[in-house]
Amino acid sequence: MVMSETTASPIASPAQKSLEHENVATGEPKMRARNVDVYYGNKKAIDGVDIDVYTEYVTAFIGPSGCGKSTFLRALNRMNDTIPSARVTGTIELDGEDIYASGMDVVQLRARVGMVFQKPNPFPKSIYDNIAYGPKIHGLAENKPELDEIVEQSLRRAGLWQEVKDRLADSGTALSGGQQQRLCIARAIAVDPEVILMDEPCSALDPIATAKIEELIDELRGRYGIVIVTHSMQQAARVSQRTAFFHLGHLVEYGHTSDIFTNPREQRTQDYITGRYG
Amino acid sequence: MSDAAANIRPTRTPAFEARLKKRYAAERRFKAIGLSAILFSVAVLVFLLVTMAMNGIGGFQRTELRVPVDFSATPLTLTADVQDERDVVQSLERQGLRDIIDVNASAALGEEGAAQVNSEAWRIVAQQIAADPSLARGEQVFWLPTSEGLATAYAGDGSADLQPLARQLADEGALADNLDLGFLERSDATDPQLAGIWGALKGSILTMIVTLALAFPIGVLAALYLEEYAPKNRWTDLLEVSINNLAAVPSIIFGLLGLAVFLWIFPSYRSAPLIGGMTLALMTMPVIVIAGRNAIKAVPPSIRDGALAVGASPVQVVFHHVLPLALPGILTGTIIGMARALGETAPLLLIGMRAFVSSPPQGFTDNATVLPMQIFLWSDEIDRGFVERTSAAIIVLLVFLLLMNGLAIYLRNRFEKKW
Repeated sequence: MVMSETTASPIASPAQKSLEHENVATGEPKMRARNVDVYYGNKKAIDGVDIDVYTEYVTAFIGPSGCGKSTFLRALNRMNDTIPSARVTGTIELDGEDIYASGMDVVQLRARVGMVFQKPNPFPKSIYDNIAYGPKIHGLAENKPELDEIVEQSLRRAGLWQEVKDRLADSGTALSGGQQQRLCIARAIAVDPEVILMDEPCSALDPIATAKIEELIDELRGRYGIVIVTHSMQQAARVSQRTAFFHLGHLVEYGHTSDIFTNPREQRTQDYITGRYG
Repeated sequence: MSDAAANIRPTRTPAFEARLKKRYAAERRFKAIGLSAILFSVAVLVFLLVTMAMNGIGGFQRTELRVPVDFSATPLTLTADVQDERDVVQSLERQGLRDIIDVNASAALGEEGAAQVNSEAWRIVAQQIAADPSLARGEQVFWLPTSEGLATAYAGDGSADLQPLARQLADEGALADNLDLGFLERSDATDPQLAGIWGALKGSILTMIVTLALAFPIGVLAALYLEEYAPKNRWTDLLEVSINNLAAVPSIIFGLLGLAVFLWIFPSYRSAPLIGGMTLALMTMPVIVIAGRNAIKAVPPSIRDGALAVGASPVQVVFHHVLPLALPGILTGTIIGMARALGETAPLLLIGMRAFVSSPPQGFTDNATVLPMQIFLWSDEIDRGFVERTSAAIIVLLVFLLLMNGLAIYLRNRFEKKW
């Protein structure tokens, strides 16, 4: 019952029994957000969100379009920095370090907190170069054999190795949509991040490709902290152990996925998951 | 009957059919207008090219006289150690080559005919001998340029008194229009029979090199900075408007600027490709900046996001991803700007590149002229020979332009990537 140590977390856990086979190694969350507001200009897109992300769980963000879940996700690795009008207040910590502190290096942060986007966006380069790009710029490989090793391992972890091992020199954009998305996941894995943020990674994919990505997410759980934004509640239920429901910039409810879907505390959550609005 | 009315589907009513017919008619009309626009453009282009080619072919030819020369009577000595062509020509002049040619021409063509051999003809013989000393032994046949008067008469133009002589020599087979590839190797001359385009072509090449070397990096860096780094505020808006205006400034004003600024800084480089290239670079740069910014804007943001998300720094995103993807578009813009610069005369007039330059420039700081300027200068001449030479120069300019565009298209296709 390690979770009992983190009673300060907003997760009320009435279903204590479910924790036992979720195998929590440590009570410390990987990422901790406290009282986070995100503004676009004067518009407040996220209002006072508190959330903990654990390496052991997949955390799903659900909510209707425009509720701010993607905005909040992008705040977790400071991708919002590219939008000049965006502004973040509150604290977001990675292993206890404030990522918005002035001493935090954004480049290093993004190497530790990777991201996979809604639309597969492989670089218009070869499959090999797509994976090797991150390790190259971070100097993770001393020589070519090491780089080859990283590329192979990343593709294996992303479940793509068998499909592409004979055509690593082909363009990454020549792959199918699902393969491209797994390539993007492999690209994120290649720099050995601690957390991977996924922004609706399956919304452009067919059900078979979606199933593959979901399997992959499940395999990666435990090694990397995974946060996934999804519009599909079935997907959230399938892949995640924790679910956060966002509505109009507020975090309405955060808890065990099983609780959110079977026994939500809030009426709004109940309405959303039963399809009454959203 | 009411059944039949009910069976008429809304897409089968007469009114609907009439509307459908009108829509198809509108489409056909539009297609026909578009096609006729294309046909008109093609017809104009073909007319232009055919006219140029017809006139220009004459410019690549030269009216020449057949002069057999017997060197056995007056042997010439060529010292083996004399390597420089100019020294050989001088030595041959001292040995009386000019008279030898005169005497032999008189023997072959008569006094009247010999008088119409171009006064510089002996120099052509001397240059040929310098290139191939075996020509100075025994009996050789040279085709030597005629005087401009005889060339005009042979073309059935000009003074009437030379025309019988031209006809007579042509009948004897001693006078003909020969292909003159030397046109591409010589420089400007006062005699159209001796004029060539190489000096102007080389001047153009040198000027274009300077223009490209200045305008391309400055333009691309400015475009990158404005798109990727500059904050979006009133000052950058002002800058953007200024650059757009700069691209629309009449070219002669850039010439005035070059005169006032560049020639004030480097007063001794008047008429030099260096100053010409700098002036044209000013004119080309805004075009490259505008095209570059559009190309950079067209790089999908998802590529930037992807690179940022694996931890690339902004400068790595720009040089590893944005610039390679934008390069085809930038190259297209560059070539449009360069093509405009290549055809530009007005700004170069003001910095003195309209001088008569009889030897090709050896470097960026030598006196030079450029192709369009040469065309402009020759088109001012009244000699019939220059009319044809002008057309030939236009063909050379167009071929140069075509090669430049071809290179740009090749580079663009090479760098183009699909995503």
